[in-house]
Amino acid sequence: MSLPVGTPATPAAIASTTPPRTAERRTGRLLRVALPLVVLVVLAAVPLFVAPFGTSTLSRILIFALFAVSLDLLVGVTGLPSLGHAAYFGVGAYAAGLVAIHWTAEGVVPVLVAAAAGAVAAGATGWLAVRSGGVYFLMLTLAIGELVHQLAQSLASVTGGSNGLYGIPTVRIGGTPLTLPGYVYWFVLAVTGLGYLGLHLVASSPFGGVLRGIRDNEPRMRSLGYSPFRYKFAAFVIAGGFAGLAGGLFAAQVRLVTPSEAGFTTSALVLLAVILGGAGSLWGPILGAAVVVLVRDALGPDLDGHGPLLLGIVFVLAVYVLPRGFAGLRDLLRRRPSPGETP
Amino acid sequence: MSAPLLSLSGISRHFGALKAVDDVSIDVPTGARHALIGPNGAGKSTLFRLVTGSMPVSSGTVTLGGSDITRLPEFRRARRGISQTLQHSSLFLSQTVQQNVLLAAQRQYGTRHAIVPREQAAARERARALLADVGLEGRAGTPVSALSHGERRQLEVAVALACQPRLLLLDEPAAGMSPAESARLVELLKSLPESVTVVIVEHDLEVVFALATSVTVLHLGRVLLTGSPDEVRASAAVQEAYLGTGRGSLFLDMAEPAHLEVS
Repeated sequence: MSLPVGTPATPAAIASTTPPRTAERRTGRLLRVALPLVVLVVLAAVPLFVAPFGTSTLSRILIFALFAVSLDLLVGVTGLPSLGHAAYFGVGAYAAGLVAIHWTAEGVVPVLVAAAAGAVAAGATGWLAVRSGGVYFLMLTLAIGELVHQLAQSLASVTGGSNGLYGIPTVRIGGTPLTLPGYVYWFVLAVTGLGYLGLHLVASSPFGGVLRGIRDNEPRMRSLGYSPFRYKFAAFVIAGGFAGLAGGLFAAQVRLVTPSEAGFTTSALVLLAVILGGAGSLWGPILGAAVVVLVRDALGPDLDGHGPLLLGIVFVLAVYVLPRGFAGLRDLLRRRPSPGETP
Repeated sequence: MSAPLLSLSGISRHFGALKAVDDVSIDVPTGARHALIGPNGAGKSTLFRLVTGSMPVSSGTVTLGGSDITRLPEFRRARRGISQTLQHSSLFLSQTVQQNVLLAAQRQYGTRHAIVPREQAAARERARALLADVGLEGRAGTPVSALSHGERRQLEVAVALACQPRLLLLDEPAAGMSPAESARLVELLKSLPESVTVVIVEHDLEVVFALATSVTVLHLGRVLLTGSPDEVRASAAVQEAYLGTGRGSLFLDMAEPAHLEVS
């Protein structure tokens, strides 16, 4: 297997001109395979030890984390900061909810429809958005998000308007409804795990390498014969699809979808999770999402509605102390020389 | 004489009243080593941009291998075999040396669309060979941001060659290189096969005269003269253009041609 394109060079490779020693590389590879497995096993064991409320909070964290990682493909890997990524999350959530209510709640069907709906919505809108860059891209994605939000409000006969889409049935596996939060959690864990694996593969592929090239130096990519528009558009559609997938899981877990799921607040929160976690690292935004959901949902009610204020303080501190997010911590721990310019 | 690979006919680029490139016509035959020289502001870099398509022409046509590419966007021209190094290093700073070359090389091997990780053995092997050619074989894992200026210039050349170009445009490839590095560059460019046509803009006249089979002198956006290196050296018009900048005597002093900066 090839090294992921985005893997930072080890300190040995920087210090000397020889490639890192094989033993060191083997440990690194072992860590890369073993660590996610350990995390997965620990996460899978959670419902056996934790109360249902904690389990459902963790479900929401996993869903929001997948959503954040899908945005990271745009923000961190491709260099397209979007302020309307919740639009595709919302589209996915509504699609999954409607499928579950009117057709089938069988296992992965609503969730896959949600992913397809998110990708289609991203394809329809991204075609315009990725033609722009910088502030214009921000404004266009913001407008797209508001558009979807307004549509969700006004199409009351389909979406339930501002009351939201309620009465979504529980997920079924093989005809049996998953009534216990623990089972729903395992379902969420399996799908988010696969979703994260998918995004990780995309980011480490040659295609992901092209996206990083566009992020670093778009004019140079053009002169190498790449059409940046096509790659950015593809990245936008893929990110929208995974955001839709996360939205579908949200509908299955919360069983209520409101217009605010597609609104600006959700877009802003997920962007905050990405920046808090460290854009471009994929695993960092998972931690960022955990912090955001914990502060908003778990601590928020105890703080008399001052959850957003605490979140703001956390964000300011994080930007000040960890300019590259949680992902930057690893480099600090390794005492890696910062990749600054050398004259 | 073989048919021209690159043919510019009457191309101009105006910025308001300023004619940066004014009615320039040049034919570059296949396999040529063609140098563009001229004082600063002569329009050499602008001419390159018009050829690569990063800037549209105001008038005139650009033909590559017999087909008109004047209206093609930059990335399509690149796919037809135009590759370039830029005057100011233009690399992917956050990535390693190898990844930089790989981005250019993988386009040729059809793996660029793969959305799952690939071994890319062929592209990697090509990247390794190119890095060895330019003298960066030990630096493959180094981030570009940690390279010296001269090393970045070397990497630029490797990236440009990784595209397997038909037409290679080099904009001051030796600028900022040590004498040893630029000698190595000349050797590398000399060793390129005839299938690669090279157009080079260079202030280092030692490099120019070591490589070029033909030379075009630009002055104030116009072609002053196109000819063999000997004709250019002897030309009175060229002397005058350079004398205008006060460096004419230096330029023509062939007894001591080492590293003249005509700027």
